[in-house]
Amino acid sequence: MEKRLNELKAGESGEVLRIEGEGQIRRRIFDMGVTPGAKILLRKLAPLGDPIEVTVRGYELTLRKSEAACVVMLIKK
Amino acid sequence: MLKFALAGNPNSGKTTLFNALTGSTAHVGNWPGVTVDKREGVYKKLNVPVSIVDLPGIYSLSPYTPEEVISRNFLLEEKPDCVINIVDATNLERNLYLTTQILEIDVPVVIALNMMDAVKKRGDKLDAKKLEERTGVPVAEISALKEEGIRELMERAYRAAQQKREGKTVLEETKLAHLIGDVKIALEGKKVENPLFHAVKLTEGDELEVKAHPEELKTVQAFKERCADVGSDYEALVADARYRYITAHFSSALVRSPRAKKQDRSDRADRVLTHRIWGIPLFLLILFSLFHLTFGEDFLYLNAIFGFAKDVEDSGYAVLTGNDTLNAFVAVFYSTAGISTPGAILFNLMGFACDQAGGAIAAGLESAGAYAWAQGLVNDGIWAGLSGVLSFVPQILFLFLLISVLEDSGYMARVAFILDRAFRRFGLSGRAFIPMIMGFGCSVPAAINTRTLADEKERIMTNRVIPFFTCGAKAPILAAVCGAIASVYTGVNADLLVFALYVFGMAMAVVSVAIMRQTSMRGEVAPFIMELPSYHLPQFRSLMVHLWDKLKHYIKKAFTIIVASAIVIWFLSSFDWSWKMTDISQSILYDIGSFVQWICTPMGFGLQLGEYGWVFVVAAVTGLIAKENVIATFYVLVPAIGAVLPGWDDGENGIGAVVALMQGTGITWQALIAFTVFNMLTIPCFAAAATVRAETPKGKFRYTLAFWMLTSFVTASAVYLVLSWWWTVFVAAAILAIFVAWCVLRNRRPCRAQKTGKNSCARE
Repeated sequence: MEKRLNELKAGESGEVLRIEGEGQIRRRIFDMGVTPGAKILLRKLAPLGDPIEVTVRGYELTLRKSEAACVVMLIKK
Repeated sequence: MLKFALAGNPNSGKTTLFNALTGSTAHVGNWPGVTVDKREGVYKKLNVPVSIVDLPGIYSLSPYTPEEVISRNFLLEEKPDCVINIVDATNLERNLYLTTQILEIDVPVVIALNMMDAVKKRGDKLDAKKLEERTGVPVAEISALKEEGIRELMERAYRAAQQKREGKTVLEETKLAHLIGDVKIALEGKKVENPLFHAVKLTEGDELEVKAHPEELKTVQAFKERCADVGSDYEALVADARYRYITAHFSSALVRSPRAKKQDRSDRADRVLTHRIWGIPLFLLILFSLFHLTFGEDFLYLNAIFGFAKDVEDSGYAVLTGNDTLNAFVAVFYSTAGISTPGAILFNLMGFACDQAGGAIAAGLESAGAYAWAQGLVNDGIWAGLSGVLSFVPQILFLFLLISVLEDSGYMARVAFILDRAFRRFGLSGRAFIPMIMGFGCSVPAAINTRTLADEKERIMTNRVIPFFTCGAKAPILAAVCGAIASVYTGVNADLLVFALYVFGMAMAVVSVAIMRQTSMRGEVAPFIMELPSYHLPQFRSLMVHLWDKLKHYIKKAFTIIVASAIVIWFLSSFDWSWKMTDISQSILYDIGSFVQWICTPMGFGLQLGEYGWVFVVAAVTGLIAKENVIATFYVLVPAIGAVLPGWDDGENGIGAVVALMQGTGITWQALIAFTVFNMLTIPCFAAAATVRAETPKGKFRYTLAFWMLTSFVTASAVYLVLSWWWTVFVAAAILAIFVAWCVLRNRRPCRAQKTGKNSCARE
């Protein structure tokens, strides 16, 4: 099932399919290790519901939901 | 001299290694982006001295923020003899992503696998030999913190530096290899240095390269058209290929221990500290305990709860021993307010020491039969100014220690995470909060740290409001004023008042940003993508290094700027226009002060204070040089006025000086608060103003100065009015509420617009 990273629930995980959007932010998302094939686990939401904290390539990364919306994920049941 | 550069991801331990190599004490912390400028030192343990350059951390060689540009330019243009690429072994994949890019530069590279102690502790195994085979460059295992493996690393780097190395790319097996090869040959023909690196970056469509090599760009575009099957998004292709290569070839070098899955301490700490409900209250509590432990006089409010500290007669001492000096000494730890907090103990101790020293100096001069002017200069000028600053130093250092603990533990990055959403409402990203918290220490490094912010407008705004985060030099003003109010009015808690003022400064920062976002600095809120480092216990050594640096800074400042200012103030207040020594009522300062006193009338410390009310204006003006001067000026002037006017108290310490001023000038507590607010918000000291000027774009500094002056004057006046005539609070609150509501509503719109904007992809 395809889902966007911002739509995941805490504890849910999946594999990155592709990154949409353009410009520097997309570049930054790549640089931080969020590339196709990377496994991402959504750890938690910040107290006010945004940003989110994810585990990717063995470390913790935080990004806003608006940026996470660019990441299309494949969720295996 | 040979030159080695330290390059690597943020928070991978470059500065820790730099300190270990060169014996320096550069600032380290557990959050990404501590180092924002390159820094040089010398390593002397090889046969020849080697210059070591510590670079700001980078995730990739395509820069995103200004400090990342520094690193890229250094690696490409300054031609180091060897690049020591520091790789955080606990976070191998992402760190090696940068490595694959550094390997493309024609420069000798040595990989330093840092934090090997943490890897071993976890039970994981890392095969350095394997990594060495696959990258083709030497790999050394080190622990920068424990200074292990450093000697070997340097020897290997030294050997590597003897030979030339040609860049190699991991993209050779991809479909882009041909294109990269072609561009490389074209660039070689033009004698461009590091042709492979530039060829790859141009293929990626890196902004800097596209501008630098327009001709070769045509080759790339032609290739794109010819080979449509490869895809057109080369940026994604390259990033993807790098990570694929890393997973395929390097990741097998790391064998994770089966028990690594177990939740570690860092996770447990994080669960509590960034909890959905408790996260924000905990942050406020932590902030409050910071100030309570530093400024509070009633430790943990034990006395307020149990009420054991009873006033012993009218002596002012809670414990009477029958000996005045001993009484004073006991009062250091225990007063009528209760058991002192650590910060208060330090303040009392230093105050006690300063009193004794001051008395000794005065007695020494007296018995030596020094001239009256010399005695005045030393006692009332130099020593008064010095002790005004010195008596607060241990207390402020204690506050620093607590802030350093926050920095070292990894909590700072979490604060950005927790507060990003709230900050966004007002037009800033959570990342901007880190330099702001640093501002509690000193505005100068805080302003420099704004380089880690990617967005220019965000950088300008952050620079402007950093001084509102009360720095260590302004803290004595708060401590003295609040202490004085608490000692005159019963039922007032000094530390609560201090905390309220700190929070007020923060609120003003947020409000100011909101106003700027609506007026001069419109635009989208900068994106927020940030690494959250693991928590770890603060290192005793690095804490002490922080403190030592601060202490040096204070002492240097006290003995230069502060002493000089105190001497000038003393001179102006002790001499008349014909250069004859006189008392303060005939002095030059009296005339100057009286002349400008009226300006401060709306803020409550102007004409309503009578003859000597100008003391406050003078103090505020000297504060522009250095904020410590405000209290130092009180120290110099209070005894001088006391000498002319009967009934003035001498004011033995900072708090006493303010109490004396309260009784002498009749300044109300409302006006005192307004005075403090004015000092918190107005133009910071010279050093901070100059730094802000350097960190913001040209031409903006005039507006910044105007912003500081206007904000401080208006806010202090409003504070005075509201506190003095309570009903004006409705007027002020109404104006503020309308304004804030307007801001929130207006900021919602850009947020929504952003979703359809070019940088985002939310589904409609």
